Amino acid sequence: MKIRIKFSKQGNMRFIGHLDIMRYFQKAMRRADVDIRYSEGFSPHQIMSFAAPLGVGLTGSGEYLDIEVLSTESSGRMVERLNAQMAEGMEVLSFKRLPDSAGNAMSLVAACDYTVSLKKDYEEALGMSAREFFAGLCGFIETGDLNIVKKTKKGEKQMDLRPYIYEYRPSEDGNFIFLKLSAGSAANVKPELLLEAFCRSCSREFPVFGFSINREEVYADAGSGDSHEFVTLESFGEDIE
Amino acid sequence: MRKLALSDEILLSIQQPARYIGGEINSVCKDPSSVDVRFAMCFPDVYDIGMSHLGIQILYDMLNKMPDVYCERVYSPWTDLDAIMREKHIPLFAIESQDPVKDFDILGITLQYEMCYTNILQILDLSGIPLHGSDRTWDDPIVIGGGPCAYNPEPIAEFFDLFYIGEGETAYRQLIDIYKDSRKNGESRETFLKRAAGVPGIYVPSLYEPEYHEDGTLKAFRPTCPEAPEKVVKQLVLDMTEAVYPEKPLVPFIKVTQDRVVLEIMRGCIRGCRFCQAGMIYRPVREKNVERLKDLAYKMLKNTGHEEISLSSLSSSDYRSLEELVRFLIEEFHGKGVNVSLPSLRIDAFSLDVMSKVQDVKKSSLTFAPEAGSQRLRDVINKGLTEEEILQGAADAFKGGWNRVKLYFMLGLPTETVEDMEGIALLSEKIAEEYYEIPKDQRNGKVQVVASTSFFVPKPFTPFQWARMSTKEEFLDKARVVNRKMKEMLNHKSLKYNWHEADVTVLEGVLARGDRRVAAVIEEAYRNGALYDAWSESFRNDIWMKAFETCGVDIDFYTTRERSLDELFPWDFIDTGVSKEFLKREWNNAVNGTVTPNCRERCSGCGVRRFGGGVCFEDQD
Repeated sequence: MKIRIKFSKQGNMRFIGHLDIMRYFQKAMRRADVDIRYSEGFSPHQIMSFAAPLGVGLTGSGEYLDIEVLSTESSGRMVERLNAQMAEGMEVLSFKRLPDSAGNAMSLVAACDYTVSLKKDYEEALGMSAREFFAGLCGFIETGDLNIVKKTKKGEKQMDLRPYIYEYRPSEDGNFIFLKLSAGSAANVKPELLLEAFCRSCSREFPVFGFSINREEVYADAGSGDSHEFVTLESFGEDIE
Repeated sequence: MRKLALSDEILLSIQQPARYIGGEINSVCKDPSSVDVRFAMCFPDVYDIGMSHLGIQILYDMLNKMPDVYCERVYSPWTDLDAIMREKHIPLFAIESQDPVKDFDILGITLQYEMCYTNILQILDLSGIPLHGSDRTWDDPIVIGGGPCAYNPEPIAEFFDLFYIGEGETAYRQLIDIYKDSRKNGESRETFLKRAAGVPGIYVPSLYEPEYHEDGTLKAFRPTCPEAPEKVVKQLVLDMTEAVYPEKPLVPFIKVTQDRVVLEIMRGCIRGCRFCQAGMIYRPVREKNVERLKDLAYKMLKNTGHEEISLSSLSSSDYRSLEELVRFLIEEFHGKGVNVSLPSLRIDAFSLDVMSKVQDVKKSSLTFAPEAGSQRLRDVINKGLTEEEILQGAADAFKGGWNRVKLYFMLGLPTETVEDMEGIALLSEKIAEEYYEIPKDQRNGKVQVVASTSFFVPKPFTPFQWARMSTKEEFLDKARVVNRKMKEMLNHKSLKYNWHEADVTVLEGVLARGDRRVAAVIEEAYRNGALYDAWSESFRNDIWMKAFETCGVDIDFYTTRERSLDELFPWDFIDTGVSKEFLKREWNNAVNGTVTPNCRERCSGCGVRRFGGGVCFEDQD
């Protein structure tokens, strides 16, 4: 039975890298006695895959992993059992059954939501208040030159970010910005890319540690061709009674 | 969210920030204002090593079960963070509360190997605690050392206020109560130290004074006040089954060296290998009841989620219920995603049978530790492993499908001759030949025999404490003899030989049998940048050599000097239960090549019987 788990990774857990998060969940599954399916062979491992690695330093409130189980209690009970085993900063938000035909989380990823705020200490260094920075960023996304050079494994490549920015809006008080960006294998646009491009456009050094970035949600694209229809990864599953 | 001592900027620019943030599964969180005593338990090496250490997990669990104590952990910051902390004047902090170590009541430092001594100074220095005990006030924690290297605490004596000699499970409660009482009564630090000296197993270095002969050897070592006992008696747990053991060990976020449940099945060793300090200081052998171990295995796997369980002891094959325990572990856990790992097993029919169940024979290798290349020298060191046993074990293993063998030896053992060294190559060759006895169609490719040698360091409280240690040049010559002989072997293409650096061995030799005069060298080396000496990538021999020169301390005095049988050693004030008479007898037996039977075959009267437990009384169980 395929299961999709939604979780959040907050607080000090932002310093734990992706590989360690995988190990963390493997151990958590055993502590919670989840009847997880193991691979065949001499050294069996848990059938488990993650939607999208979250960079060290970032937090997430809508992270996903898929597992397969042989048996399960209700969604509510499983969330409880797992949460009894979480470290501070980690929380399981949902535990849903996927149709057998469902694709794995990683292959589905098409977009992510982020909120980005500027840390107080960095306003002075940038010479801009958070409000000014995010208002400027919105203007940049509208009319600026969004061609960037992206470093890849094979070298550098030119990339126009504009088609991959699906939504952007500053918060009401202007102190942070909401972004919906393309993600996944087709075009993975991290918010840092955009922030860095904006800083460069206004001749400011990009403060690597200056932003708090939270990934709010991860989406698949149910649309066809150029028309996107983003649906959360969670929506593929249904509650187990 | 728990506060952190380090900023995001720092944590995101160093390796493995998870080493410093705490919050691990099963870590203990208490309100510091609700306890009387804050205890910082330190392993003076990087987190990845320190978190793998069983002893700290035991003490962490034990101390935190005391409602009036909060025990937190401290590790050496890795070199990247070390540099940042010095530059930005960030005080060293404990992992749980992230509070500065200097604010704690007690700082306990475990002494597992000599090459961590400069890291002890790093811990004190970064904490802002004066390096010398004599410079500390009540503004500083009481600094206490424990663990195997505390059996010769003298080279680091001046850096500590107290040492705990023996197993940590027994005397901490009494020590903490005295500490609380002393503080409540507003007593001076000196008064507290004198009271602490009355706790069994506690050594207060500032209350003793050495006196030296003109030739530099120790003339006398005496307490300077009536509170300090002439002899400090090691502490030990008599009932291992009832002893405290962590049912909820800490689970680190990052992959550490020992990323598994560790089940200590017994303490001590019946074998009496003459080079082995652990085999002497942990006497007598005490087993944990097998039913208790089964229960612990369940609970610890459940509470950690670890995917591997490993047995821990000095010689697992000597645990009397081993077969029952191992069969239980395999039946209960193997196939449920839990690996069972079985280190330090003698290779025989039983161990090969269970190993073939839990390991992939094709990928794993077989390990023997003959320690010496010839039967003569194995008799000298009292390693009860014969060539026949090794070859028979290897032959059985080869039939079972194994084709890789690892062999561990020491070079520089007392009485060693060229024949003994060459014996390493000859034994490796015989094992390879054993493989080719198997008909070709039943072989699993080529055989690979990897022989590794380490250099022998004489340790206190062993029969070899009187032994002359080789020089660096002698060590390397010995390695060349083995290497040359290896190349002459018929199957040399199937043999591989590794040997270690000799510089660090010489230094270990000085620190192991050093006295108080060595402290100046450690401090000088530290001040000139020596740190993480146990790590070959950071070990700087030049700094150490310069420090010996600057301090006028002669390396050979501690290493290559011949010691007479009646010499007073710096560690003789410690009573391990094993008598010096016994060690002398064993030293003579070694020189004569006489084997001493193990504790279960016959009692050799080492002296630990007076503790009233363990193997000495097994027949009366």
